[in-house]
Amino acid sequence: MASRLQAPEIKLDNVSVGYGERLVLQNITATLPAGGISVILGGSGCGKSTLLRNILGLAPLIGGAITLGDVNLYARSEEEMVALRMRLGVLFQDGALLGSLTLGENVALPLHEHTELDEALIYEVVNMKLRLVGLEQFIDYYPRQLSGGMRKRAGLARAMALDPAILLCDEPTSGLDPITSADMDQLILELKATFAMTIVVVTHDLESLFTIADFVVVLEKGRMLFTGTLDELRRCEDPYIVNFLDRQPSRKSAILNDDCLFAKLRSRQGAGRG
Amino acid sequence: MGEELRVFIWLVNSLSRCAGRRFFGKGRTKPYLRDVSWNHLSWIGADSLPIVSVIAACTGIILALQAAIQLEKVGALSYVANLVGFSIVTELGPLLTCLIITGRAGAAFTAEIATMKISEEIDALEVMGMDAVRFLVWPKFMAMLIMAPLLTLWSDFVGILSGGIFSNAVLGLSGKVYFEQTATFLKFTDVVSGLVKSAGFGAAITLICCWQGFLARDGAADVGQRTTKAVVQSIFIMILLDLFFTALNYIFR
Ligand SMILES: Nc1ncnc2c1ncn2[C@@H]1O[C@H](COP(=O)(O)OP(=O)(O)O)[C@@H](O)[C@H]1O
Ligand SMILES: [Mg+2]
Repeated sequence: MASRLQAPEIKLDNVSVGYGERLVLQNITATLPAGGISVILGGSGCGKSTLLRNILGLAPLIGGAITLGDVNLYARSEEEMVALRMRLGVLFQDGALLGSLTLGENVALPLHEHTELDEALIYEVVNMKLRLVGLEQFIDYYPRQLSGGMRKRAGLARAMALDPAILLCDEPTSGLDPITSADMDQLILELKATFAMTIVVVTHDLESLFTIADFVVVLEKGRMLFTGTLDELRRCEDPYIVNFLDRQPSRKSAILNDDCLFAKLRSRQGAGRG
Repeated sequence: MGEELRVFIWLVNSLSRCAGRRFFGKGRTKPYLRDVSWNHLSWIGADSLPIVSVIAACTGIILALQAAIQLEKVGALSYVANLVGFSIVTELGPLLTCLIITGRAGAAFTAEIATMKISEEIDALEVMGMDAVRFLVWPKFMAMLIMAPLLTLWSDFVGILSGGIFSNAVLGLSGKVYFEQTATFLKFTDVVSGLVKSAGFGAAITLICCWQGFLARDGAADVGQRTTKAVVQSIFIMILLDLFFTALNYIFR
């Protein structure tokens, strides 16, 4: 099968994304390496999901070009897009499993749609994919019966259903407790080691950045701050990036830094109680 | 506005593609689609039956009462049957049934699709290369085209029956006269035109409610707003369509 050949690299060339008139991100230029894990790091609301939707071809691109392997995403024929879709696996932010179907049916959906396998074989494949993420005993559960972390893992199983060459994950660890997050990172590393895939992870989680990343893109306030390998990021001396990685708050506290105001607020609170 | 129009055209386009594939295409139906259609048939149809029956029965009685007040004055009480039968079959049966369908099924369509839109399930379908319209809208559309006329037929039957029983028990009109009068006066084409009308209403409801669902953007609040809009617009369009149908009927009678 052609899709088994090789994981493609993803090129972003001077990309701008946004909604209608409004620009969310501008001038992003980066080459996400084939077969590695690239992490796109940015704060909440900085446009990570929007960029991801553009890499998937779900939203109109405002400027620049996105190339997956040798296919220019916004200048391709309909057949190329269909072929490309079969090689893309996506884990959406909250799993985006269909609520009306069980986990098993969710994972089976792409198989039913794109292959002519018979029911028994599809069941086998579904079971295998769920085992991959440790959810095989939940095959008959509905998404609403699972925890957030399990839904994300199930979303990952569905993304893996057709053995994609590119796997995109939108905040795989957000909303999870530290241990579940670490499990998720572990799972992504396992997938990278086992399958030949280009993996793109969008996140604001520094912990997982340092655990899984081979290549990093840092976004902030509508533009790209940094792009390079994880080592280059560690050596980087840009004060903003150093701050960002140290998790310093971006503004000085008006309350904590003003002794007079602080004392006033404290005494008023005391008076309120008394 | 442009965005809304674009989505509407996309929806109509995709639906006609589904119809083309269903009636002229080859290849087996995907197993998951089959289950979905049966689900819709049963919950639009069977689950609406009690409420449709109650409302139809009340309407039959109301019409009989209203007609009796006027017809007693001119000593033509047996014409109650004509009035009840004709009003229900051509107008109130389709309209009231489809109003209930709007509130029950239509609102649920919008809420379902809007929620799926917001939780990125629609995006997920598209990424998997699946046609969201074929998966979500087409089964609803077909179920509606089948169920709206069937429910209307049932409400016609219940309305006329309850009008008859009421006239017999309270107004002192003999049941035999009532049903003979109904049978001779009501034409088959009256019934059919009512059923065609309800199928038209059903199609309009599905189209509008699913369209509003796909327009949902961000946040759970939008689901509620879209649902409200969908119900109001459906009722509005239904009344306009009704006017149109009735005028056509009058012109070509
Ligand atoms: N459908 C939409 N229409 C208009 N603006 C949007 C839409 N979705 C998101 N946005 C805006 O785009 C910006 C980036 O959102 P998003 O990509 O979801 O951020 P992130 O995923 O990094 O948290 C936000 O300011 C958000 O308000
Ligand atoms: Mg996001």
